[in-house]
Amino acid sequence: MFDTMLSRPQSLFDQLESLQRLLTRSSGLEGATGSIRSVAYGAFPEINVGRTPASVEVFAFAPGIDAATLDITLERNVLKLSGGRDSAIPKSDAKTQVYAAERPNGRFLRAVTLPDDVDPTKVEAKYRDGVLRISIALSAAAQPQRITVQ
Amino acid sequence: MTDRNAQTPAKTSDFSERTVSPAVDIFEDAGGITLLADMPGVSKERLDVKLDGDSLSVEGRVEFEGLEDMRALWAEVNVPRFRRTFSLSRELDASRIEANLKDGVLTLRVPKHAHAQPRRIEVSAS
Repeated sequence: MFDTMLSRPQSLFDQLESLQRLLTRSSGLEGATGSIRSVAYGAFPEINVGRTPASVEVFAFAPGIDAATLDITLERNVLKLSGGRDSAIPKSDAKTQVYAAERPNGRFLRAVTLPDDVDPTKVEAKYRDGVLRISIALSAAAQPQRITVQ
Repeated sequence: MTDRNAQTPAKTSDFSERTVSPAVDIFEDAGGITLLADMPGVSKERLDVKLDGDSLSVEGRVEFEGLEDMRALWAEVNVPRFRRTFSLSRELDASRIEANLKDGVLTLRVPKHAHAQPRRIEVSAS
């Protein structure tokens, strides 16, 4: 009856798409050197890291998570992020049929090596729209300074 | 249900038009179908749920503040736009779709028409 609603996980388009994802994402940022702790595409949450003149900004794309259960640690310049997400799918029984279960669930742990010049005592974390944004200030010595001519 | 082939518009060279399909969970019970889509970084204002005939599409743009003077060091998320299209079937009541976005997860509830819901037929003993 619901043949149009059926998902076909092994269909050609899915395979093509996952291949395309692998190609575009496994390299991380084009040209950037990968860190030993950064694994290829498929990890949850996905992480972007940026740098401003005053801080290093880490974006973890972790939708549907209770921010209170997130565990964030920063030891020297290694940032570790762990937490969990429950599956939204009810237990399959005669009354419930599951057509797609793509969203990752369970425990996760990710670690990111940050540049050496961050100040681990100045960290701020915010969770908004499913993205955890962690700002780590650069140490004073690493920030651009204006030099006055005497 | 999924029509993933429709994700990338013809102009693939234009970076701003590239999209990725959000991961979804879809399940059906007696009353209808529930769809959850991971769309982290998409706010309510930048989310678009559209119904065109029996084609239901969700689209959302990822945006952050304070990126002006930021240089990327590492990026696993390269395409800041989600898009995915699903085709509905006739017994679903598209006029009563409910959508809810919380913490980057879009939940859509598509109820079935009342007449399409399973009914128990009472057998009267004579």
